[in-house]
Amino acid sequence: MEKGDYDTIMGKKLERKKIETDVLIIGGGTAGCYAALTISRKSNLRVWIAEKANIKRSGCLAAGVNAINAYITKGRKPEDYVDYATKDAAGIVRHDLLLTAAEHFNETTADMERLGLVILKDENGDYVARGNRNIKINGENFKPILAKAVAEAKNVTIQNQVNITDLLVDENRVYGAVGFSVKENVCYEIHARAVLVATGGAAGLYKPNNPGFSRHKMWYPPFNTGAGYAMGIKSGAEMTSFEMRFIALRCKDTIAPTGTIAQGVSAKQVNARGFVYEDKYGLTTSERVYGTVRENQLGNGPCYLKTTSIKKEQDEELLKAYLNMAPSQTLKWIESGKNPSEQDVEIEGTEPYIVGGHTASGYWVNTKRETTIHMLYAAGDVAGGCPQKYVTGALAEGELAADDIVEKLTRDADTEIEKTIAAKLQNDVETIFASYEKILNTNGETKNLYAMEELEEAMQKVMDEYAGGISTNYQFNEKQLALAEEKIEKLTVLANEVTAENMHELLFAYELKERLIVCKSLIAHLKARKETRWHSFNENLDYPDTDENYYKYVNSKLENGEIKIIFRDIVKGAEYEHQN
Amino acid sequence: MSIRINQNKCIGCKRCCDSCPGTLIDIQNNKACMLYPKDCWGCASCVKECPVGAIDFFLGADIGGNGSTMHVEGKGDILNWQITKPDGETKIITINRKDSNKY
Repeated sequence: MEKGDYDTIMGKKLERKKIETDVLIIGGGTAGCYAALTISRKSNLRVWIAEKANIKRSGCLAAGVNAINAYITKGRKPEDYVDYATKDAAGIVRHDLLLTAAEHFNETTADMERLGLVILKDENGDYVARGNRNIKINGENFKPILAKAVAEAKNVTIQNQVNITDLLVDENRVYGAVGFSVKENVCYEIHARAVLVATGGAAGLYKPNNPGFSRHKMWYPPFNTGAGYAMGIKSGAEMTSFEMRFIALRCKDTIAPTGTIAQGVSAKQVNARGFVYEDKYGLTTSERVYGTVRENQLGNGPCYLKTTSIKKEQDEELLKAYLNMAPSQTLKWIESGKNPSEQDVEIEGTEPYIVGGHTASGYWVNTKRETTIHMLYAAGDVAGGCPQKYVTGALAEGELAADDIVEKLTRDADTEIEKTIAAKLQNDVETIFASYEKILNTNGETKNLYAMEELEEAMQKVMDEYAGGISTNYQFNEKQLALAEEKIEKLTVLANEVTAENMHELLFAYELKERLIVCKSLIAHLKARKETRWHSFNENLDYPDTDENYYKYVNSKLENGEIKIIFRDIVKGAEYEHQN
Repeated sequence: MSIRINQNKCIGCKRCCDSCPGTLIDIQNNKACMLYPKDCWGCASCVKECPVGAIDFFLGADIGGNGSTMHVEGKGDILNWQITKPDGETKIITINRKDSNKY
């Protein structure tokens, strides 16, 4: 077939490409890149990174990062970090995961410094701490530094602009994955001995703060659509704590981070009457959001971070710090004609997200980051049980998963990749490729009644109104959740009929489907935790108090098309292995 | 959308295409083109990567935009952010990538 035949896809077949590798890494963000680097340094295994954008700046760190937010500062130990994160999440964490991540925070940071990351040091050459767990950096080019090291690593193939949709799983073991190019009319079948899911969490489930022109001016990357969760759910992997949603407290409109102001220049949260309200509601991550919501409800809004108490000389440095991670906030100050020392910064909560780097949502993994599917690993935002891991935690988890993969694959006498996969899987591959082609083969006349964008907005409206979005102050009740479930189910049926005119639109179609799968799981989790353990993050008005009977993990698994909820006891030991 | 590509300045080098975390920019007729304006995250990766300062960053009117734009003219580790207000007044903020954030 001539290349020109692919100019228009309608009625055509996609070109098939088959890849064989030792390790497939899905998602070239922070965790995926660091895993690739680790495998390359410690073995001769071949690594293939599938990245839907370009690893240079893809993932959460596109704009940059303002600080290393998870670091064991002088005089502290990893156990202190575990205690902090445990308290912040009201106990619903995995100690083994937090501890192993925390033990790697400093070593991975030192490695990034060797690769070129700029970290602020004092006259003795020690890193300068910001608060108890943070250090100051120039994180504008964190991702390009990491991506460059990966590009230079041996035995690593980077395949940009390839979107993975499904894992190839047979008898609870992974054999590879399938996906398609976002630009060319090509679909991929990748066979691998081990697979690491290192995609992001899920943004865009709920109606955002700025639903109009600036709809994507959100906290988390709008391109992180929950693909990694969705492919795991579809394959029967166990997930944990989706009900521990994450809501960020941000600068209003620009949705820029507040930590640089709150911790960097010690600005307090005040209401419109100038009252410092943060002490009234508590200082955990969810309490800071809840306090702001409550003050608004009580008629004391808007709420602010009090920057008018800073010195004029600090203005310029704040403008610079924001240019390194959220330039829109710098521009906002300039547009308003007032510097931070001249006006307080208005704050608001974002729409809820599912993100394992901040709260505990994600794959249920063992201590070595292997999921409940054999040889399938998860690291970074997609891995659960280890909240507040942030960037260094993503690096740590990438390394931990890589270490176990290297150990297993080099120990394994059978170094040959299985050239042939089970007939059932071969069938799966063909079925998935056919579904890509079905979405693309519109024949120009059978265009679906509803455009993808409309269905996405409909989904966000349902989640906003019935599953605790911004418009209901993040609260919900049982009746609302039942309605959310019903409506998401209907939208899922409609989403099966969407059509795409090119490969990029095919990506949009899958992103919509992925989000709907995550919404369905999320609602099931919200329904299962019949208590309010975290204000705002999971605030069920039918069960407004904490119930110690729910001092448990809420896990889930797709079985015969239905989401099965599994309650698991809190893991306290230093090591956890999957048992059933 | 929060970027605008100046077609007269663009040299079609493709660096913005490779730096967009959403693959939203492509080359058409040898010039960079924003394919899906409403999908822009506003991360400004492309603004910083552009070697000729051809990409303007701005705020939507719904989030406080008032007509100012900014672009980067960089050399090595030095990024000169040039902000242009609607009345033509300009301000330059220089970032050295070798300097850490103070806060």
